[in-house]
Amino acid sequence: MAALADAQPGRAAPAPAPASATTSRVRQRGFPLWRWAILSIAGLYFLIPLYAALKFAGYKAFPDVVHETGFTAALALSVRLAVITTVLTLLLMVPTTVYVHLSLPRLRRALEVITILPIVIPPVVLIIGVLQIAPAALKGTSNLLALEYVVLAMPFAYRSIDAGLRALDLRTLFEASSSLGANWLTTLWRVVLPNLRTALLSAVVLTVALVLGEYTMASLDLYQTFPVWIVNFEQSSGPVSTAASLLALFVTWLLLMAIVTMASRGARRRGGAEVALFTVGRQGTGDSR
Amino acid sequence: MCSANQMADNLAPAQAPGIRKDPGAAPRRLLRSALNAGLRLAGVVPFSVYVILGLLLPTAAIAVGAFQNSVNGHFTFTNVDLASHGIYLTGFRTSIELSVLSAVIPGIIGFGIAYAIHSARRGAVLRRVAITASGVFANFGGVPLAFLFIASIGTTGIVTGWLNDLGINIYAGKFSLFTLTGVLLAYMYFQIPLMVLVILPALEGLRPAWREAASNLGARSWHYWRYIGGPVLAPAFLGCVLLLFGSAFSAYATADALTAGALPLTSIQIGSFLNGNVIAGQQNVGKALGLGMVLIIAVVMIVYTLLQRRAARWLR
Repeated sequence: MAALADAQPGRAAPAPAPASATTSRVRQRGFPLWRWAILSIAGLYFLIPLYAALKFAGYKAFPDVVHETGFTAALALSVRLAVITTVLTLLLMVPTTVYVHLSLPRLRRALEVITILPIVIPPVVLIIGVLQIAPAALKGTSNLLALEYVVLAMPFAYRSIDAGLRALDLRTLFEASSSLGANWLTTLWRVVLPNLRTALLSAVVLTVALVLGEYTMASLDLYQTFPVWIVNFEQSSGPVSTAASLLALFVTWLLLMAIVTMASRGARRRGGAEVALFTVGRQGTGDSR
Repeated sequence: MCSANQMADNLAPAQAPGIRKDPGAAPRRLLRSALNAGLRLAGVVPFSVYVILGLLLPTAAIAVGAFQNSVNGHFTFTNVDLASHGIYLTGFRTSIELSVLSAVIPGIIGFGIAYAIHSARRGAVLRRVAITASGVFANFGGVPLAFLFIASIGTTGIVTGWLNDLGINIYAGKFSLFTLTGVLLAYMYFQIPLMVLVILPALEGLRPAWREAASNLGARSWHYWRYIGGPVLAPAFLGCVLLLFGSAFSAYATADALTAGALPLTSIQIGSFLNGNVIAGQQNVGKALGLGMVLIIAVVMIVYTLLQRRAARWLR
């Protein structure tokens, strides 16, 4: 596999360890060859199917996507669901997570376990139960989907916000702010949220990615969202449908990249910790808890 | 807890600060602290209500429905009995087999990748690309994913063609994209990124100081992993693998798209109940299957919680 690693000159060059940081020099001493080998194999595993699909779709299919019947309606529905889901998720998760960090740190572990449940409870099972107990007024609208997507988004939203909060000294912020006369909500709105910008952005992108890609619930609830449209449309034109799904994938990825790049640039300027989706880089060896 | 008390005060202006001067201060203080504790929990009420309505109640409804006759709603064991025999038992078996494989293999690979990312320089482009890609691919699935694999290693796929040119015909043996092996290969596409996302925080919890201390004491890399890194990370690693098990177990869209129902998986069988491809009067068998899945997941999650508690001893 060394040959494969060499075939990618941009990736194969091991990054020189910064002279000042002794810790990273210790970390990098390991097995650079082993590291590049595994990353190259993984890269191939993830890129080859994308390449194959791109080749199948053909570049001409991409401009056609927007003109297909049903595309606009399906995308509009998905975007509407994404907006509702994102707003509800933020309204629900941000105050709760901040509150738990601040006043009920003991509940953090419980919250962690509860918010992981939507990853493991099968959506097929969940949607049966939801359709069974939902009031008729709600069952007739696609809003029911948005309400359930909030549940599905919890694992990603909670982890992003939690990672962001761990990088802040929340207690000091609240004490300083309340000694200046601000109440809880004011502090949350004007002090905590601006500091959480990156974490919130990544929560938003992950939520949007989830809603734009969710198929199981939407199809079983009989709504033609974007992913359901892609599947239905595949019967009439495979290449166009493939192009549409590749497009969705790349756009989400680019958005996430932009956010993380922006955020880490800002963090470097301010000297803060790097926030990358779920993890927070430690500053020095200081313990954050 | 200073700020917490201030918060409770903001929420309850009725609790005047002067109350402490009263003669019966002690019992009142007790009452007050109980009140405070109650008020402090009030902050998580909206979240709890949402989780109960959106997650727990639907799950409970399945459990109840599993024991109801599909037609008249009377109590019965027939659904559970049907769901635990024949094709449905095969479904559970295949589901578990597939989930174990697509938890362990991507778990190990994902750990390797996460470690490689973790040891790369902070802020490096590679790191950013890998982490964001994990976020996106962990949510990828269904027909688009099935299509990616049909286009690459299907009978007329690109990779199949390349291998054919090299004289290797992967379809000469028993391999097919529409079997367990094929589905496993496709599941890895979202399982590996999920592993990277969930194990990275644990890796970040390994203090560089431990490594330095170990090497000061003369430990080689192997010693470090055998006596420090390994034991510290083991509970977190196992916990993440269990999570992957749950994720694979609950997956539906990808297997459905890839095998069109040819592979007996429980989630697909449940889906067919919802799609209406089912004998009349047996609708609630789907709920019994759902209950079975939830029970298996419950066991997995209990073990996961115990492991997380152990992991938290050293990490974070």
